[in-house]
Amino acid sequence: MLSGFAVLLSFQLAGEVLSRALRLPVPGPVIGMALLLGALELRGSSEDGLRTVANGLLSHLSLLFVPAGVGVILHASRLAAEWLPIAVSLVASTAATLAVTGWLAQRGSPRDERGEGEP
Amino acid sequence: MMGTRLAEIWVYLAQTPLLWLALTVVAYVLADALHARLRRHPLAHPVLVAVALLIAVLAASGTPYGDYFEGAQFVHFLLGPAIVALALPLHRELRNVRARALRLGAALLAGSATAVISAAGTAWLLGASRPTIASLAPKSTTAPVAMGIAEKIGGLPSLTAALVILTGILGGVAGPALLRIVRVRDAAARGFALGVTSHGIGTARAFQLGEREGAFSGLGMGLNALATTLLLPAILRLLGL
Repeated sequence: MLSGFAVLLSFQLAGEVLSRALRLPVPGPVIGMALLLGALELRGSSEDGLRTVANGLLSHLSLLFVPAGVGVILHASRLAAEWLPIAVSLVASTAATLAVTGWLAQRGSPRDERGEGEP
Repeated sequence: MMGTRLAEIWVYLAQTPLLWLALTVVAYVLADALHARLRRHPLAHPVLVAVALLIAVLAASGTPYGDYFEGAQFVHFLLGPAIVALALPLHRELRNVRARALRLGAALLAGSATAVISAAGTAWLLGASRPTIASLAPKSTTAPVAMGIAEKIGGLPSLTAALVILTGILGGVAGPALLRIVRVRDAAARGFALGVTSHGIGTARAFQLGEREGAFSGLGMGLNALATTLLLPAILRLLGL
């Protein structure tokens, strides 16, 4: 399990270094994800330890956003002053983005293999 | 006597990261239990409930956010390795990703542009201030990227972080229901839309729908970070904002 965590941290570190060295517009962890994906493709499989840690982190992904979420209080006054444009913009834009992306990603796709109770 | 003892304990706790680290995890565990109790009702989204609980505790105890973050940063730090870990589900789904590459590319470009234009356009129409508009424009991308973009276009990075989180929670709360209403039923398409729109929080929600949704959501999040960085400055220039 510890070896799995070491793998994740090493790839994050490599991603962080690459992102800064090449001034890439993408954050280090996202580059680390791409690098690890490449490594997994080359090796064809992943160790149990890595799978255990990855599953543990991903099944509690929501928890990891809580500290940043609490930071919303820092902007309480601006959010209160401009709540209407901000709220409408967030709701309208989230809905529009979900619909446009979902439609185009689904368009002409073979019916989902899992079925989802679709006719 | 008891009062001074309590005060001493409080002084000790306020100086270590333990208190706020523990309260962050406890608040989340409570929120998650409530979510399960309410049969996973979308409005009881655990991030929303845990954040509300913690804000109430901070307000009641008069604790500044900086002090809170001293302890909570240990949880926050794990976001990095968690994003790297998205490579595993993606690896298992790569065959399906390749089969849909073209469609996903089109969805990504259109979705990324829609996010920026609709967010900035709506806020502008409703008379939001320039820094607020610039802070809203990159709100669908993952927080570190959105903050970097906001800084370059005259927004406020920390306000952007707050708006990014709100967008994530909104997508996590309403996303699956909205996608059902607009008849997006394909697991890959649902996951991809959640990731492009609501980054990591959408991805956390997507994993609750299924492994395939989660994998495609992680992909959508990563690709939208790239697409928004490249497209957003040009879009804002075209809009004259």
